Amino acid sequence: MNILKTLMATAAMAAGLTGAALADAKDKIKVGFVYVGPIGDFGWSYEHNEGRLAVEEALGDKVETTYVESVPEGPDAERVIRQMAQSGHDLIFTTSFGYMNPTNKVAAQFPDVKFEHATGFKRETPNVSTYGARFYEGRSVIGHIAGHMTKTNKIGYIASFPIPEVVRGINSAYLAASAVNPDVEFKIIWVSTWFDPGKEADAANALIEQGVDVIMQHTDSPAAMTIAEEKGIFAFGQASDMAQFGPNARLSSIIDDWAPYYIERSQAVLDGTWAEKDTWHGIKEGMVEIGSFSDKIPAEVQASAQAIADGIVAGTVHSFTGPVNKQDGSAWLAEGETADDGTLLGMNFYVEGIDGELPN
Amino acid sequence: MFKFELRPTPSKTMRAATPVLAVIATMIAGAILFSLLGKNPFEAIRVIFIDPLFDPFSRSELLVKASPLILIAIGLSLGFRAGIWNIGAEGQFIIGAITGGAMGLAFYGTSGVWLLPLMALAGALGGFLWAMIPAILRIKFNANEILVSLMLVYVATLLLSALVSGPLRDPDGFNFPESRTFHDSATLPILMAGTRVHAGVLISLFAVVVGYVLLERHVFGFHVKLTGSAPKAANFAGVKQNAMIAACLGISGALAGLAGMFEASGPVGQLVPSLPVGYGFTAIIVAFLGRLHPIGILAAGFVMALTYIGGETAQFSLGLPAAAISVFQGMLLFFLLAFDILVNYRIAPKRRVDATLKSAEEAS
Repeated sequence: MNILKTLMATAAMAAGLTGAALADAKDKIKVGFVYVGPIGDFGWSYEHNEGRLAVEEALGDKVETTYVESVPEGPDAERVIRQMAQSGHDLIFTTSFGYMNPTNKVAAQFPDVKFEHATGFKRETPNVSTYGARFYEGRSVIGHIAGHMTKTNKIGYIASFPIPEVVRGINSAYLAASAVNPDVEFKIIWVSTWFDPGKEADAANALIEQGVDVIMQHTDSPAAMTIAEEKGIFAFGQASDMAQFGPNARLSSIIDDWAPYYIERSQAVLDGTWAEKDTWHGIKEGMVEIGSFSDKIPAEVQASAQAIADGIVAGTVHSFTGPVNKQDGSAWLAEGETADDGTLLGMNFYVEGIDGELPN
Repeated sequence: MFKFELRPTPSKTMRAATPVLAVIATMIAGAILFSLLGKNPFEAIRVIFIDPLFDPFSRSELLVKASPLILIAIGLSLGFRAGIWNIGAEGQFIIGAITGGAMGLAFYGTSGVWLLPLMALAGALGGFLWAMIPAILRIKFNANEILVSLMLVYVATLLLSALVSGPLRDPDGFNFPESRTFHDSATLPILMAGTRVHAGVLISLFAVVVGYVLLERHVFGFHVKLTGSAPKAANFAGVKQNAMIAACLGISGALAGLAGMFEASGPVGQLVPSLPVGYGFTAIIVAFLGRLHPIGILAAGFVMALTYIGGETAQFSLGLPAAAISVFQGMLLFFLLAFDILVNYRIAPKRRVDATLKSAEEAS
């Protein structure tokens, strides 16, 4: 009799526990995306939208996704995010740095909605996560290729804003390029925009006039690739492969692959296991992908570039390995020392060898 | 085949009706566009024009979005009536945000209630001075104020970027180009809890009243209209043209500057390069859609704001692309101008010129 009672009590408890655990789980969720550019930018926003489509494909009936494109990083962003939050979305991805404050403001008012902000660092409430990709790892690979491929020893770099993420990319690419070609010189143009095909094209033309024969970019449109193709120089796909815009110009590319992360986080909301966290994934986790190598790259360079990517995955190669000095000549990393994430996240200096002043 | 013939007396009723007709025509053409995109046109029009009116948050956002449009358009309408074309309100808006915002940052942490009025004053003054550049160049050198004021928009945009990447940058902001967020006493009070409706909205509505009195009940309004319709008569009536230029550009600049300061210390709460979103340009459409009349501008400001807010909702609830919404907004101005032409001109069959010439030759 006692045994039976105990058994029943246990069963009841177990049922209760399962019930509690499942209380947060959902049968179907609505996931919203806010993009800074048009989904047809063939760069940044395009890849985020590919991630959205992957979520739909992976989770099928259990998910409904929506998006708003070309949302300026100003006062309108807060309204868009808020309208999404109050129209029944369970999870909202805000995919540009400038959405950081609006995302946190809205999140504070909607504790039941989960927010994921790309490339930011503020998580003011437990329903905000941040995520970003270690693009600088990809820069090591393409910087290496650029160092080998330049004939004029001048590499152009179209940069957006002097924020740590962009500065990190420039430094990483420079270290990789100068490691194989000590004569290499970086020409950097700041265009103060993420997406403006006109400005990006102007910058590309200006760089070419300065004798640049390989162009890298940290902006979102394939404009520079198109110009490179016209002028017969080399460039790299940025954010997406961009092969169709420069069949001859494109050497390789850094591709953002947000799909696995978006699927994982959407699944976590379905399961009720979503928790606030900061994610910074690179080549190893697949968030950063290196596009195929052009056959214009000599086989041995392809092999050494691949070795860098493999080394990063294996953990034997780090983009920032000493000895590295800062631009002013002061020591930064000692022989064999690698940079810690804290320094990388706040990077606001050029490494030694880069000309020009960082706009401050 | 056909030519436009000036109507001797355009119908007053039609002039008042064209904005309404333009909105209706935009809805019809928009419905066709949306159905071509495979969406239910009635649902799309409902989501854009009707739904925001029935949702409390959207209603409050209408006020937030319409307020700067109305404030700027009121100022612009004075100059447009007098034939003085300030196309650079966007620039004056930015400068107002900078001067007002910088004032707030300069007194960072002060709790004085005097700070917001001071910021508003600084914002209006900044916009005023920025507008004085085209005014003075026009008065002294007869430089075209359309071009000068427009070019100064780009200067203002770059100035804002330079300042938030340099002197006004947030010291704890990881080098990101933005100022620190304004502290509480430099942030506009919220009128309705849980929304973003700020005190600036009241000032905008107040500006409509002042604009009405000025234009319809004050001698200044009479001079403005006279300068626009009959410059020579205005001269005889003793209207000083230079003073008129300075006043019209100055007032519109000050109001645009004020709107910029409201935007910075209201919905945005800091200075960022992305602060200007084109209010200064959209206000030009609002001014014309509102027939350059304060009450009309009030209505037009809300219609324009409605298309933005409804347009955003339509994107995520119906999956309409952002470009379709922009086309939709562009159609509004297109139809307005098209109907205007038909009100002011009539289409008459063109006589064959060569035939007339021939008969003239024969006669001689």
